[in-house]
Amino acid sequence: MSGFSVTEPTPRSKRIAATLVTLYAVITMIPLLWIFITGFKSPADAIAYPPKVMFEPTLEGYVNLFTTRTRQTQEYLDANPPDTWYEEIVRQYDMTVVGPSKFGERFFNSVIIGFGSTFLSVFLGTLAAYAFSRFRIPFADDLLFFILSTRMMPPVAVAIPIFLMYRQLGLSDTHLGMILLYTGVNISLAVWLLKGFIDEIPREYEEAALIDGYTRFQAFYKVVLPQAATGIASTAIFCLIFAWNEYAFAVLLTSATAQTAPPFIPTIIGVGGLDWPAVAAGATLFLLPVMIFTILLRKHLLRGITFGAVRK
Amino acid sequence: MAEVNIQGVTKSFGTQRGVADIDLHIADGAFVVLLGPTGAGKTTTLRLVAGLEQADAGEISIGGRVVNQETPAQRDVAMVFQQYSLYPHMKVRDNLAFPLRSPILNVAEDEIARKVQQIAEVLRISHKLDNKATELSGGEMQRVSIGRALVRDPAIYLMDEPLSSLDAKLRAELRVELKRIHAEMAATLLYVTHDQIEAMTMASHVGVLDEGRLVQVGTPRDIYENPRTAYVAARLGQPRINLLPADLFDYATPTGAVQMGLRPENIVLGSGQAASVVRVEHLGDQTRLHLKLADHDVITLVDASESANPGDTMRVTARDPLFFDAQGDRITQA
Ligand SMILES: Nc1ncnc2c1ncn2[C@@H]1O[C@H](COP(=O)(O)OP(=O)(O)OP(=O)(O)O)[C@@H](O)[C@H]1O
Ligand SMILES: [Mg+2]
Repeated sequence: MSGFSVTEPTPRSKRIAATLVTLYAVITMIPLLWIFITGFKSPADAIAYPPKVMFEPTLEGYVNLFTTRTRQTQEYLDANPPDTWYEEIVRQYDMTVVGPSKFGERFFNSVIIGFGSTFLSVFLGTLAAYAFSRFRIPFADDLLFFILSTRMMPPVAVAIPIFLMYRQLGLSDTHLGMILLYTGVNISLAVWLLKGFIDEIPREYEEAALIDGYTRFQAFYKVVLPQAATGIASTAIFCLIFAWNEYAFAVLLTSATAQTAPPFIPTIIGVGGLDWPAVAAGATLFLLPVMIFTILLRKHLLRGITFGAVRK
Repeated sequence: MAEVNIQGVTKSFGTQRGVADIDLHIADGAFVVLLGPTGAGKTTTLRLVAGLEQADAGEISIGGRVVNQETPAQRDVAMVFQQYSLYPHMKVRDNLAFPLRSPILNVAEDEIARKVQQIAEVLRISHKLDNKATELSGGEMQRVSIGRALVRDPAIYLMDEPLSSLDAKLRAELRVELKRIHAEMAATLLYVTHDQIEAMTMASHVGVLDEGRLVQVGTPRDIYENPRTAYVAARLGQPRINLLPADLFDYATPTGAVQMGLRPENIVLGSGQAASVVRVEHLGDQTRLHLKLADHDVITLVDASESANPGDTMRVTARDPLFFDAQGDRITQA
C-alpha cells in the first residue's frame, strides 16, 4: 500500500452493504421472531404441519406459563362459572386455575442474581482496574495474569469442587451463593476490559484535580468515572449476558429457593405434555431484560465496542 | 503568592534521569522560564514542584515551608498541563469552575460565576462558555486550560508549554496577556517552554536545562550576553549563534579555546576574510545571509535594504566573539 487512499464509499456499495446487513439481521432474527409468535399460538397451532404463519392469537401460552391448573369435573365447572379472563381461557380444556406457577419467582431470582452479580462484578472490577492502571502494585503483571487465568478453563470444570464447597458453606441454593459465583466468573473479564478503558484516560485528568484540591477518591468519582462510562456500560452488558444465560451451575446449585429461569424453562415442557406456547412465552419474557438493558445503554455501547479507540 | 525554593532536587525514573541536582530560587513575584529541548526535564521539574512526583533527593519549599511530604492539594499550586487537562464531559464553564469548586476552597457559586466570567473575558473565550470542552479548537482548549489555572490565586502558577498549540498571532497576544496578568496580580510563575521568544519576552529569569541539569539561571539579557556554555549560547538567539573553530578569524584566542561563538549580528561585513553568499532570506524587517566561510556555514543579519545575491563574495570580520573550551565551557578573556 502506498499513500493515503481514503475514499468515501460509493452510494452503490453502501446500498449493497446495507442490504447484506439487513438480510443477515433478518435471518438471525427469524428464530427469535418464531419464538415470539409461538408464544401467542394455541398448542394445536404451535405444532400444526405445515407451520402456520396466520393464526388466531391467544394468551394461552402466557396463562399456562404463569399458572398451575387442574382438570375438574363437569359439575364443578358448571357450578363455578369463570370469573376472570384467564380462567375462561383455561376452561376450554375443562381445567381451573389453582394458583400461580413458579415462573414469576424464578424470573425474579434471575433478575436478582443477574443484576446483582453484574453490579458487583462491575463495581469491584472498576476499583481493581483503576488500581492496576494507576498505582504501582507489586507483581501487578503476575496478578493480572492470575486474574485472567481463572477464565482459561471452562467454569464447569470446577463444578464438583464448587458444589461440595457450597454445601459446606451453606451457599447452595441461595441468592448470595449464585451472585458470588457469577461475580467470581465475571470479575476477570471486568478487570481486564475496564483496565483497558481506564488506561486510555490520561492521568493528567486526575492529576489536575489533585492539584486543584480534590482527594484521590473525588478525582476518581468526578473525573475518571464519567470518562469510563462507556467501558463500564459495555462491561456491564457482557457480565449480565453471562449471568443471565448461565445454565450449568444453575442446574447444579439451585433448586427450590434460588433457581433461576434457565433451568426452569425446560421443566415447563414436562407439565402435561409438550406445551410449546408456554415454553415460547417463557423464552420471550426471558429475552426481554437483556434486550432492554442493552437498549438503555446503547448510547454508551456504540462507542464501547470500539474499546476506547474513539476518543477526543 | 509566595517564593519557591528548589534545592539539590534529583529525580530518576528507573535508570532514566529525569532531573539531577536542580537548584533554583523563584522569588515572590518572579516570572521564571525554564528553557530546554525535548526530554530536558522541564515537565519533570514542574511535576516535582506540584507534588505529582516525589523527589529522590533534595528539598522543595514553598513560602518558606518544606513541602516534600505534602500532597499536591496541600501545596497550593495551580498547573497548566502540556496537554489534556480539560474534562471532555464538562462544559467550558464547568471546566473553569472546577478548581473553585474543590472541597478545600469552598467558594460561593455567585463568586465562582463572577470569577469564571472575568477570566473568560481576559482569555477571550466568553462566547464559548456553554460549549462542551470537546467542541473547541486546539487554541481555545489551551486558553481554557490557562484559565483553569488563573481562576485560582495559588502560591505559584506552574505552566507547561501553555502556548505551544496556538497560532503565531494568538501566541503573541497571549504572551502580552500573561505578562500583564503577571504584573497586575503580582503572580509568581514557573513557566516551561522550548520557544526562546517566550523566554526572552516574558521572563524575569531564565533557567536553561540540558539533559536534566540546570546549566544556567539569569536574566534573559544576561544569558544572551554571557552564556556559561556553548549549549546555553545556542539556546537563545534567532538565528542561532554561529559555532566555529576558535582560530577561524585573526582574533586573539585565549588559551584552551576550541570553539568560537559568534552571534549573527556580530559578523561585520566590509573587510576581512572572504566568504561566499549561499542563500539570501528576506524576512521583511531584516535579511539573513547564509555564507560559506572556509567550508563553514555562517549566518549573519544585514539591513533589509542591503542587496546581495547568491554567488557574491563578501568580506567579514568577527566582533565580540565568545570562546569555549573542549567541554563547551565558556572561557572569559582576561
Ligand atoms: N514517568 C516517567 N517514566 C519514565 N521516564 C520518564 C517519565 N517522565 C519523564 N521521564 C523521562 O525524564 C526525562 C525528562 O522528561 P520531561 O517530561 O521532564 O521532559 P520535557 O523537558 O518536559 O520534554 P518535552 O519538551 O518533550 O515536554 C525524559 O528523558 C523522559 O523520558
Ligand atoms: Mg514536557
